[in-house]
Amino acid sequence: MDAIILQILNGLDKGSAYALIALGLTLIFGTLGVVNFAHGALFMIGAFCAVTLSRILTLSHTVIDETQKDFLGNPLKVEVPYIYDIFGQTTGDVIIDWAVPLSILFAIPVMVGIGFAMERGLIKHFYKRPHADQILVTFGLAIVLQEIIKYFYGANPIPTPAPDAFRGSFDFGAMLGFDPNTIIYPYWRLVYFAFAAVIIGAVFAFLQFTTFGMVVRAGMADRETVGLLGINIDKRFTIMFGIAAAVAGLAGVMYTPINSPNYHMGMDFLVLSFVVVVVGGMGSLSGAVLAGFLLGILESFASMAIVLETLPGINQIIIYLVAIIILLTRPRGLMGRKGVMEE
Amino acid sequence: MGLTKKDFTLLIIVAILCVFAPFILNPFPEGSAMAQFNAGYPDLMQRLVIFGIFAIGFNILFGLTGYLSFGHAAFLGVGSYAAIWMMKLLTMNVIPAIIISVLVAGLFSLLVGWISLRRSGIYFSILTLAFAQMSYSLAYSVLTPITGGETGLQPKVNDPRILDGVLAAGETPRANLFGLQMNQSYEMAVGNWVFTFNAGYYLAAIVMLIAFYISIRIFRSPFGMMLRAVKSNQQRLNYTGLNAKPYTLAAFVISGMYAGLAGGLLVAMDTQVGAERMFWTASGEVVLMTILGGAGTLIGPVLGAGFIKYMENIVSKINKSILEQWFAFMPDGIEDLLITLVYPFIGKGWHLTLGILFMLVVIFLPGGLVEGGQRIGRLFKRKKPADDKPDGKTTPAE
Repeated sequence: MDAIILQILNGLDKGSAYALIALGLTLIFGTLGVVNFAHGALFMIGAFCAVTLSRILTLSHTVIDETQKDFLGNPLKVEVPYIYDIFGQTTGDVIIDWAVPLSILFAIPVMVGIGFAMERGLIKHFYKRPHADQILVTFGLAIVLQEIIKYFYGANPIPTPAPDAFRGSFDFGAMLGFDPNTIIYPYWRLVYFAFAAVIIGAVFAFLQFTTFGMVVRAGMADRETVGLLGINIDKRFTIMFGIAAAVAGLAGVMYTPINSPNYHMGMDFLVLSFVVVVVGGMGSLSGAVLAGFLLGILESFASMAIVLETLPGINQIIIYLVAIIILLTRPRGLMGRKGVMEE
Repeated sequence: MGLTKKDFTLLIIVAILCVFAPFILNPFPEGSAMAQFNAGYPDLMQRLVIFGIFAIGFNILFGLTGYLSFGHAAFLGVGSYAAIWMMKLLTMNVIPAIIISVLVAGLFSLLVGWISLRRSGIYFSILTLAFAQMSYSLAYSVLTPITGGETGLQPKVNDPRILDGVLAAGETPRANLFGLQMNQSYEMAVGNWVFTFNAGYYLAAIVMLIAFYISIRIFRSPFGMMLRAVKSNQQRLNYTGLNAKPYTLAAFVISGMYAGLAGGLLVAMDTQVGAERMFWTASGEVVLMTILGGAGTLIGPVLGAGFIKYMENIVSKINKSILEQWFAFMPDGIEDLLITLVYPFIGKGWHLTLGILFMLVVIFLPGGLVEGGQRIGRLFKRKKPADDKPDGKTTPAE
C-alpha cells in the first residue's frame, strides 16, 4: 500500500510537467490548428528565465570591507550583490533565496512576449500550409532556440535550487498512519503539483467563465462563423498563443529545482508531451491534462522494482507502448472530439 | 535500362560525380589555408554517399506518399545491429552483412509500418516516433546482451566467424570484400594535391548508384504514380475502389530497407555500432536532409544529405583562430566585430546555422535546394530564351 502511494506521488510531479506542456500544445492546436514542435523549447526557455533571474539577483560588485582582514592584515575584498544595496542584507538574502518562485513574475511577460513574436512573426504564415510544413518549421525553430540558449548558457546543466523553506522532505507515511520514513516526498514536488493544479484550474476557469474565453471556445468550435459575427478571432487566438507559451514557460520555471535545466531539456519533454497529447485526444484540453497525469503515474509505477523484475526495461517504453495501444484501439484518444485531425 | 533520356543523363551525372568525388571534393592543395574545406577524405566521402542512400529511401516514403515518419533512424540502427552480428558470427566479408541488414530492417519496418499506417497525418508521425524511441530505449537497457548497450558492438578477435579462417596472431578483424579491405586507400599525389581513393567509398558509391537507379525506376513506375495519388488525395483513391494501404506499406518497407542498407554500409565502413544512431534526432536529421534538398525530387535528398554531412564536418571544424586568420586583412575594430558576429554560427554552433537554414528553406523554398536551383535556372532562361537545354541536375520529379 505505502509503495503504491509513493509511486502515485512520484508520478505526480512528472505528470504535472507533462500535463502543463500538453495543455499548452492542445491550446495552440485547438485554437490555431498548428502543430507546434517548438513547444518544448518554450518550456526550456521558461526554465532559463529562472536561471537568468537568479543570475541577475546575484550580480555583485566588489567592496572593500574594513572590518574584515585577510591573513596579511589588508582589508578584505568582498563581493556584494547589488540587491543588498537596495534592500539591505536580510531582505536581499531572502530575495535571492526565493529566486525561482520570483521568476514566475519575470517569466510571464517574457514568455507572453516570445509567444506573440512567434505567432505574429512565423506561425501566422503557416495556417494555410499542410501540417507537415508546420511540424518542420517549428522543428527548425526549436533547434534554433535551443542553440541560442546553448550559446549563452553553455551545454552543462545549471543547478538552480529551491528556496530553503522547501528544501526538505515531507513524511507522508507518518501522516497517513504508516511507518515513518516509508513515504517521504520532497516539499518542492508538492509545490510543483499544487502550482500545476492552480495553473490548469486558472486556464480552464479563464476559458469557461470569462467572455473572452467563451469567444475563444466558440472560435475553436467554428472559427469562420465567429469571424462572420464581426469578432476579430485572430487577435484572440494570438493572445491564446501567448498564454500557451506562458503556461509552458511557467512549467519550466518551476521545474528547475527538480531537474537542473540544460539546453535540450525541452526536446526530451516535447517528444513525451506529444505522445501525451495524442493519448489524451488531439484538441481536447481535459484529455491532455488527464493523459499527462495518467502517463506520469504509469511511468513511475513501471519503474518499481517488482515490476522491473518481471518486465525488465518496461519503465523506458511504457509511455510509448500505451500510446501505441491507445492509438490503435481508440484512434481518437481518450477524450478526443469527433472531427479533429481525423482525416 | 528502361529510363527516359533525361533520367539517364541524371544517373550518368551522379555516377560521374561519384567516381570523381575524390578530385571534386579536394579542390584545395594540401597545407594551404583553404585545405580545411577539403572533404576528400575517406570517412567523410563514405558518409556522404551512405546518408545519401538513407535520404533517397526516406524520400520514397515522404516525397511520394507524404507520410512524415519521425522514426526512420530505428531502421538504420536495426540494420546496423544485424550487420555487426553477421560480422561477429559469420564472416568479415561485407556482402552477407549488407544483405542481412536490408532484410532485417525490411522485416522490422513491415511490423512498424503495418501498425503505424493505420493512422495518417500527425498520428502517423507520433507512432513512428514512439516506435523509434522504444527501440532506442530498449537497445540501451534490456537488449544490452544483443546491442552492447552504451558501449555498443565491435568485432572482437575471438568472435566465432565460422566462414573465416583463424586470424593470425596479432591480426585484427577487418571488414573486407573478398579480401579487399574496406579501409584500404590508394593515395595519388599531384603537385601539392593529395587525392585519396578508398575501397570502402567506392563500394558505398556503387551501392548508392544502384539505390538511386531503383529509386528512379520507382518514381517513374505505375507504383510510384499510385503513391503520388495517395499524397494528393487519399479519399478520392478510396472512392475509386482502391485500397491505399498495400501501396503505402510497400513504400514504407522499401524506405525501411534503404535505411537498413545505409546502416549495414555504415557498419561495413567503420565496423562499430551504438544505440545513439537510433535516437530521434537522427530521425530528424534525415528529415532535414530530404526537405533541405527537396522532397519528392530525385536528386534532392542526395544533395541535402551531402550538404548537411559536408557542413557538419567542415563548418564545425572552423574555430576562432581560423576566423582571425581570414579576417586579418581588415582593420582591427571591424575584424573583432565580424568575428563576434560570425563566431556563434560556426564550430560548435553549426546546429544553429543548420536550424536557421532549415527554417528559411521551409518558409521560402518548400521545394528545397532543387527548387532554388530551378528558380535560378529559370532566371537565366528568361534572359536567354534560345538556350533551352534541360539541366539534368535540376529536373524535378513532379
